[in-house]
Amino acid sequence: MSWVVILALAAGTYALRLAGPVLRERLSVSETVKRYLTLAAVALLAALIGTAALLDGTEFVGIARPAGVLVGAVLAWRKAPFVVVVVAAALTAALLRLAGVQ
Amino acid sequence: MRSIIRTGDSPRRTLDPIARDVAALCAAGVVVGLSFGAIASAAGLPLSQIVAMSVFVYAGGAQFLAVGLVGAGATTVAIVLAGLLLNARHLPFGLAIGSAPLGDRWAARLLGSHLMTDESVAFALAQEDPARRRRAYWMTGIGLFLTWNVASAIGAVAGSALGDPNTFGIDAAFPAALLALTLPSLKDRASIRVAVGGAALALLSTPFLPAGLPVLVALVALALALPVPRSKRTAA
Repeated sequence: MSWVVILALAAGTYALRLAGPVLRERLSVSETVKRYLTLAAVALLAALIGTAALLDGTEFVGIARPAGVLVGAVLAWRKAPFVVVVVAAALTAALLRLAGVQ
Repeated sequence: MRSIIRTGDSPRRTLDPIARDVAALCAAGVVVGLSFGAIASAAGLPLSQIVAMSVFVYAGGAQFLAVGLVGAGATTVAIVLAGLLLNARHLPFGLAIGSAPLGDRWAARLLGSHLMTDESVAFALAQEDPARRRRAYWMTGIGLFLTWNVASAIGAVAGSALGDPNTFGIDAAFPAALLALTLPSLKDRASIRVAVGGAALALLSTPFLPAGLPVLVALVALALALPVPRSKRTAA
């Protein structure tokens, strides 16, 4: 890989990361706008969760991963500790794969 | 001046619940980091470049993507654009959390921005109290940065001895973790509509758009939170 790729990716990513907090500091943001900015983060996180749970690239990922995420989701909804959610999700997917279910 | 990470402000001797949760996330992060190092090494990247990527790019998704594109013979411009598109979500993430979780000093903001990941943002947003929000952001940021870098360096040297991280179900652990962290933000019907709509838009647009863009398309779901104009509703 060329070093130019790494440098450009590093500089660009850092600029994207820094821009948000700096802009928020410069602008006076109303409560309504604040609410929509938080909702924007919720939309992005939900999109990341959905695609990461169901897709591998553009293909459906199979049963094991969504099943693991679903177990984690139910536990999270029932207010189980975060550690339990994470371990149960991983364990479910791992055991399903061990049983031959992809 | 306060330190970035507040310590000793809790009378309890038990482990800080945020620290415990961050540790769980870091454990999963180690496996993914090892896997990145091994894959990048197998793709022919020298250790120096693997370490430089993990330290300075510090974005798992973009790093995997870049290594994959190099293997596929993509041009420099294509790889950089694809990686930055995937990382573009950090801009709205930063707008959402603002500078408060990063700290008051410029040094803290400059350093803290680099630690912005899906997980540190989700962890911060899951906290109501500003002090806890700041602590969650920094603990997640520092914890994941250290584990990601150490693990990817070890993975680069050790190679693929660990095998496929999916064997351990790590691919299910991350979406489940993000989900657990996002649930507290779903406080009302509007936020639930935005979350469900955003996920649906991203899933439906994935087959047609380059990586990273479907997640940004999810922002359109913000329209689902718009209030119905009262005048129109009464007129109708």
